[in-house]
Amino acid sequence: MSHGDDHDHSHEPITADAEAPVAARVQALADLLVEKGVVSREDIRRGIDWLVSRSPSDGARLVARAWVDDAFKERLLEDARSAALELDLDPGPAPVVVALENTADVHHLVVCTLCSCYPRALLGPPPDWYKSLPYRSRAVSDPRGVLREFGVELGEDTELRVVDSTADMRYLVVPRRPDGTEHLDEDGLAQLVTRDSMIGVAQPGAA
Amino acid sequence: MRFAAGQAVRVSARSHPGHHRTPGYVKGKRGIVERAHVGEFTNPETRAYDDDGTPELRLYLVRFDQTELWPGYAGAEEDYLLTDVFEHWLEEDA
Repeated sequence: MSHGDDHDHSHEPITADAEAPVAARVQALADLLVEKGVVSREDIRRGIDWLVSRSPSDGARLVARAWVDDAFKERLLEDARSAALELDLDPGPAPVVVALENTADVHHLVVCTLCSCYPRALLGPPPDWYKSLPYRSRAVSDPRGVLREFGVELGEDTELRVVDSTADMRYLVVPRRPDGTEHLDEDGLAQLVTRDSMIGVAQPGAA
Repeated sequence: MRFAAGQAVRVSARSHPGHHRTPGYVKGKRGIVERAHVGEFTNPETRAYDDDGTPELRLYLVRFDQTELWPGYAGAEEDYLLTDVFEHWLEEDA
């Protein structure tokens, strides 16, 4: 059945989803950049391929190693890029990655209020909610409320540090090693380290 | 380097027409330099307009009490927020 211009009811243009205008703008921008010779289609494809090939399992390997090796943890907190290279992980081009350690007394939560800055090289593409306006605004003004909605109830005596990535630094949370995981080896521990726990909106999985 | 870790600073309250990376909610607010980042970084305010972003700038991780940022903040008194602020947005806070 055709749905041409001559049908007899009026409605808003039908689009696949609310993101369609953004997608159209991105496409137009990409076309212009290619037309002006700033980038090639192949550059764009390579960039997308690299981004979608990244995954939180790389970040999880860093965390698991830090859980079993204190000296490595110190190096990770000092210089996450070098620590990633030590494990043969790709920390990506700049920006600089900074790892922040959660402890019994301190919890970190990462947000980018201005856009969607995220340690993509080590965690892959950010989840959609990370880029949403409600998360970006409420993570700074009502972080405990946001954490509660993610199922994390922080005690009043836990110091909450919200980190807003506004410039050249990308922040990766090193969550606390769960209790009762003494029997697990590094690979087993890495399985417990979720993407969300490295953003700071969840605790790692239980053993 | 103009500021050192532990130093009290205030973020300039000026408005800036055009792209910049200083969030509105920290403008005019008082904080403490948590760390001076190693290295220098290109200026996003000029880089956004077809410039190479030089001269490069110092960048600081600044710590703000949540109660300083949000009147009526509902969380714990000790909660704080950290964000990166370029040097030309910071002033000494006596």
